[in-house]
Amino acid sequence: MKIRLTVNGEAQDADVAPRTLLVHFLREELGLTGTHIGCETSLCGACTVHLDGKAVKSCTLFAVQADGCAVRTIEGMGEADALHPVQKGFWEEHGLQCGYCTPGMIMATSALLAENASPSEAQIRHALEGNICRCTGYQQIVNAVQHAARAMREGK
Amino acid sequence: MALKPVMVGERIKRREDPRLIRGMATYTDDVKLHGMLHAAFVRSDHAAGRIVKIDATRAKERPSVVAVFTFDDLRGKVGAAPCTAVLPGMNHSPHPLLADGEVRYAGQPVAVVIAREKYAARDAALDVEVEIDARDAVVDPEAALRPGAPLVYEQFGTNLAVHLAMPHPETERLFAEAHGTVALRLVNQRVAPVPMEGRAVVAHWEDGPQKLTVWTSTQTPHGCKQQIAICLGLPELRIRVIAPEVGGGFGQKIPNYGEECLLPWISRQLRRPVKWAETRTENLAASAHGRGHVSHVEAAYDRDGKIRAVRGKTLAELGAFASMLGPAIPTFTHLLAAGPYTIQAVSWEIDVVYTHTMATDAYRGAGRPEAAYNIERLMDAVAAKLSLDRVEIRKRNLIAAGSFPYSSPTGAVYDSGNYQACLEKALAKFDYAGAVAARDRARAEGKLAGIGVATFTEICGLGPSTGTAPPARAGTWESAELRVEPTGAVTVMTGASPHGQGQETAFAQMVGDAFGIDIDSINVVHGDTDMVTHGVGTFGSRGLVVGGTAVHMAAQKILAKAKRIAAHLLDTTEERVNVESGVFSVVGGARKLSFADVASAAHTWGVAIPGEEPGLEAVARFEPTGTTFPFGAHFCTVSIDRDTGELTLERFVSVDDVGNIINPLLADGQRLGGIIQGLGQAMCEEVRYDESGQLMTATFMDYAMPRAAMFPRIEMDTTCTPSPLNPLGAKGIGELGTIGSTPCIVSAVLDALAPLGVTHVDMPLKSERLWRLIQDAQKNGGAR
Repeated sequence: MKIRLTVNGEAQDADVAPRTLLVHFLREELGLTGTHIGCETSLCGACTVHLDGKAVKSCTLFAVQADGCAVRTIEGMGEADALHPVQKGFWEEHGLQCGYCTPGMIMATSALLAENASPSEAQIRHALEGNICRCTGYQQIVNAVQHAARAMREGK
Repeated sequence: MALKPVMVGERIKRREDPRLIRGMATYTDDVKLHGMLHAAFVRSDHAAGRIVKIDATRAKERPSVVAVFTFDDLRGKVGAAPCTAVLPGMNHSPHPLLADGEVRYAGQPVAVVIAREKYAARDAALDVEVEIDARDAVVDPEAALRPGAPLVYEQFGTNLAVHLAMPHPETERLFAEAHGTVALRLVNQRVAPVPMEGRAVVAHWEDGPQKLTVWTSTQTPHGCKQQIAICLGLPELRIRVIAPEVGGGFGQKIPNYGEECLLPWISRQLRRPVKWAETRTENLAASAHGRGHVSHVEAAYDRDGKIRAVRGKTLAELGAFASMLGPAIPTFTHLLAAGPYTIQAVSWEIDVVYTHTMATDAYRGAGRPEAAYNIERLMDAVAAKLSLDRVEIRKRNLIAAGSFPYSSPTGAVYDSGNYQACLEKALAKFDYAGAVAARDRARAEGKLAGIGVATFTEICGLGPSTGTAPPARAGTWESAELRVEPTGAVTVMTGASPHGQGQETAFAQMVGDAFGIDIDSINVVHGDTDMVTHGVGTFGSRGLVVGGTAVHMAAQKILAKAKRIAAHLLDTTEERVNVESGVFSVVGGARKLSFADVASAAHTWGVAIPGEEPGLEAVARFEPTGTTFPFGAHFCTVSIDRDTGELTLERFVSVDDVGNIINPLLADGQRLGGIIQGLGQAMCEEVRYDESGQLMTATFMDYAMPRAAMFPRIEMDTTCTPSPLNPLGAKGIGELGTIGSTPCIVSAVLDALAPLGVTHVDMPLKSERLWRLIQDAQKNGGAR
């Protein structure tokens, strides 16, 4: 099936099999391997991307469902010399160890902060319930989200 | 030469992170090669049975399918999956890469389909018809030892893989003379390590150079290279193993697996690169599990609460085959059985048992969390018998600060410690008296509130190679190679193979300080057997203790040569050269050389230096003389909803001593991750098989993972008792959190339920289990 969408601001025309999962389309067809696969069942959040600004799990969406949409992946978040505040937050606060869940965490966090610029710790923990991290024990991820929220409120 | 630390001890943010936070890192599944094929495994649906027929006709008819392999294709051509811990006298049968006529656990690979596309490979795997004459399975280790139990291996006539007896001559006497004894049956349930990246392998045989390159998500690339060489009969020189970015390991990626040997063989057969990345269900079904102990433990104690002796018998689930280190893991449970206490005698027996389940192997802590759980539960039980406070009984039993090095009755030698100082700091931070008062007030209001206590030590920095190491083919030293470039930039190659620990940063901090150079002129390389001198890997909390010490030693070798070169350039004697933070000067003189000046001279060699070779590099290996014993004191408070059994962890305080810390930011991360992983086991995690051997916890719908909202903010502090066993004074940190946190929260739950008369609970502490305990206790008239 022919689909047309934008990925990280770039127009993409593709011909995909109807059953192609969005995550495989991003990873295999577009080479955007920053989006990871952790469970194939939408339970771990490693594959989280933005679909028209909303955080979604790309392992349980078909690429054809993204037809006409704007997709943003971790590769579209910031450049080496111009990191997104959420990326900076994770770096500053040691919000990652092995890094496998991190792109999904960053995408989920930026969607949270778009809705709630000053989330409480409980709200942050609740918002990240769909994202599993095995390394950090979440505390430094919470710190990272708070760091990012502060920076974004202050316009940094 | 006294060097002023500039970076060591600082909270320096990680150099690994820029690639990771941008999604620019390369994990194994991100490797894409021209002409690459995709593998999908056909796995047994049955836990036990004989393979009657494998029919791949329909699968092979699919246009994208290149090949289907079964054991018949491998027979006589390849070896088995490696086990380097076959204990003396053990009933052992090598585990074939694909099932050889028999299946012994659900999820065992039976066939593998190779196709040009991933989806096609998975479709075709479903088309392979496997007919299995299913037999009764046994999944419970206690049932497995009963007469008439289904046998995992008929030829042994028993499911007992090996019986280990570690008696102590004083135990029975001390039990006979004791004021009292307690006995507990403790289940340390089977759990799944669950690195967020599952295992993945890309194998690429190149026929021109006759070279095999294997990307694999492993903690032990050099060991993997050796095992592939043995299994395939290839010279090691023809094999390059790369552990690229590795998305967590937690022990599951220490063992080298059948798939890591099979994909290279297939690539060589087909002359094409082949990739396989396991699904989460494959990871839960067919990557090594951890724990899985049923222990009967007893303590003999004095009137004053001093525990004199403990004895135990552990049934350790090996699973359906011996994974790489699996049989050796439970021996740590004996070695650490006395914990941080002055127990005079420890006797232990271990039955390592086959069941029709996935194999067990190292999981964060590997035998030591089980040991800590056993002794902490016993400590609480003795305190209850004597109506002693749980902190007080620990104070009476902790090894005194002046007693180190301390020889435990199990043969372990504890390097250093000050358990009292750590406990006192934790008591103050937790405000134990205040917490007790708050708990009592809550109880008076009818609430179920409890306080958890755990004091513990553990065994880290594995080595020496001849001592406590499992009987592995590799030693337990670690390597480091430092190459100084003509500019003074330094490449550090470490045999440790980190996968999230942050050694690229920590090692750069150390080297930067040693040479007085900027962290940006240091590159840390790891996980590539063609680049890195033969090494061992990252596991057993040894990355810094053993790997870091090797880096330190190599740096010292370089400084020694640099000093000789500097002496020549400064026209003085070596003894008169002063080195501070990479600046070389003559004592009392004005001339100075930077590290870069010396590095440049070492390479341009414009001034030939008698007796020296040009260049500036060094290789070092650190062979530890003993293991390190970090320790800690953990406290927590919990409440339990009387009506639903729901457990709430309200506070958790951890004061730990890991010796000297290179980077407190990374150390915090290691401890926090470990604590939550230990709490995960206690609160929710459990691998379950049904009676027929079907895995009931095959996705995250059924395997409960710890999630962010389950936990309060962990409150942490440290004490510092450096290890005398390495020049860094480091003790190891990776596993520490999982040792103390598990018994601590169980202690709190039993404290909360004590007013109801509840004295025992097994993990995980799920609502249903706690609700049933509360219901039963209230029916039986427990106090409200």
